[in-house]
Amino acid sequence: MLFESRGLKYSHPGQQTLAFPDITLQPGESMLVLGKSGSGKTTMLNLLAGLLKPDAGEVKLDGQNLASMKGQELDLFRGKEIGIVFQSPHLLAALNVKENLQMAHFFGKKKGKEIEQLLTELGLGSKAKSSVLTLSEGEAQRVSIARALANNPKLILADEPTSSLDDENTEKVLELLKTQAAKIGAALIIVTHDRRVRAHVPNFVEVKAA
Amino acid sequence: MNLFKLSWKYLTFRPLSTGLNVFLLALGLAIITVLLLIQDQFEKKMNQDAAGIDLVVGAKGSPLQLILSGVYHIDFPTGNIPMDEAQKLSRNRLVKNIIPMALGDNYQGFRIVGTNHDYPTLYEAKLQSGELWTTPFEVVLGAEVAVKSRYKVGDEFLGSHGISVGSHEHDGNKFKVVGVLERKGNVLDRLILTSVESIWYTHDEVAELEAADSTANQEEQHVERVAIKGFPITTVPRDLTTLLIQYRNPMAAIQLPRLINSGTSMQAASPSFEMSRLFELLGVGITLLQGLAVVIIGISGLGIFIALYNSLKERKYDLAILRAIGASRGQLLLLIFLEGLMLTFLGAILGILLGHTFLSVIISQNEQGVIGSLQPWIFLKQELWIVVYALVVGVLASVIPAFAAYQTSIAKQLTKA
Repeated sequence: MLFESRGLKYSHPGQQTLAFPDITLQPGESMLVLGKSGSGKTTMLNLLAGLLKPDAGEVKLDGQNLASMKGQELDLFRGKEIGIVFQSPHLLAALNVKENLQMAHFFGKKKGKEIEQLLTELGLGSKAKSSVLTLSEGEAQRVSIARALANNPKLILADEPTSSLDDENTEKVLELLKTQAAKIGAALIIVTHDRRVRAHVPNFVEVKAA
Repeated sequence: MNLFKLSWKYLTFRPLSTGLNVFLLALGLAIITVLLLIQDQFEKKMNQDAAGIDLVVGAKGSPLQLILSGVYHIDFPTGNIPMDEAQKLSRNRLVKNIIPMALGDNYQGFRIVGTNHDYPTLYEAKLQSGELWTTPFEVVLGAEVAVKSRYKVGDEFLGSHGISVGSHEHDGNKFKVVGVLERKGNVLDRLILTSVESIWYTHDEVAELEAADSTANQEEQHVERVAIKGFPITTVPRDLTTLLIQYRNPMAAIQLPRLINSGTSMQAASPSFEMSRLFELLGVGITLLQGLAVVIIGISGLGIFIALYNSLKERKYDLAILRAIGASRGQLLLLIFLEGLMLTFLGAILGILLGHTFLSVIISQNEQGVIGSLQPWIFLKQELWIVVYALVVGVLASVIPAFAAYQTSIAKQLTKA
């Protein structure tokens, strides 16, 4: 088993405890996390990425329990083994496309994919030295996917990656995530409320508000 | 890519804010640099120019003015003293050596000093070319004068009355250059040396009239050899401007000034005493300027703090993203500290360069004063402390923003966005 989350529970201060569905994934497998707005989907993604510590339960990636890791060890593990795609691409505006990807190599302390090669694979070969401010929305989202893939992670987490994209770009982004995850043998989890995504990823779990 | 590069990219991404902060800090540090350079060199120059002179004697007036005009040639003389009284003083057993000086003329602002050969010997001056004067109206140029006037041995020029530029020329007698001194970095560089007799004859109205009537051969009218040691020989009562005295023994320091000040029509002033008084007075101004510089540096430190803090507000999501891709809290802390340190390091380097540039501008505007002999591009060890001082400002200005970055909650920021 490459990825496994069991019995996850978390409570925001002053709010009821949220309980999350279990997930198990083999290399190359994909899973959707569905749910209405405010149901706790993003909280679940933060727990799976080790950005929040669960009140109960465990998250295991490649046999390592994220909940038992602390501080720098967890930061480094996340940098190396988990690629996160956010709802908004939010690239670092002070850096160009290539430098945004180089940051993932630097903080992950991992020599992953050759950046030029990765950008070419994602159809961004000519944009390597462009300012991220000059990219279209679709291009910016592809760069953020490239950043998540730069270290050949074992787990790819995508938080509403298509919510602001049109149908054509949604298709492209989902295909890209699936093919790249399959190519590097990573588990892919997409958190979304976008029903268009269901057609591409049949496996899903649903988060329900308490 | 590394943290240095990332910090640099963030700084250059906000060029106006970065530039203004660096410039403000640089201004404060430039003032400190100029003060350091002037203080260090000015004091050394002043002490160097007064070395070997125990007492300066001249007409009664301000003792500081007497020292400034007689030793450093930067103020007006207090007046003249009768030579017979000066000669009487030279016979005192407490006096080891006495150098007479006659002042009052200039050439394009460079002072013409009538004296004997003991004066260049006092400063261990060496000739770059030619020889020292032996007859009236022969002059030896200081190195700076030679460079600025472009005169060489054999050239002739007319002196002007007074000690500032723009006064009327003595068109009766021409000075002839017979030697040029080597550059020593002292007061001699800016002087034109000649015999006391040359100054007397130039001011001698009769002599000038005679010279005007017979311009065929002016030098031959005063063919006698000038005094190269001691006092000139004269049959008529003559005046001098200043006497530079060396004591025979330490007792002289106690007795001689009192004797001159109370028993003669002259005034005696000690260069070391007057200069320490001057430095004390200047010290107040320097302290004030240093205070002003510290205030400017404080303001620039505050500016850097505000710039970092505000940029942090805009970059909270950036920092969360960095954490999400593997950056540790410590790395974010370091990132902000590096930005503060880079800003202040740039400010320090620019400040030091600006300080040296300011000084070279000041020097170019005051070529004939003591300031004119300062070296603007000498770097002092103390300037390293300016860099350290600036870096401390950088650390202090970054502490709060850096800890705010350290505290960044990734999940909270990413959820907000």
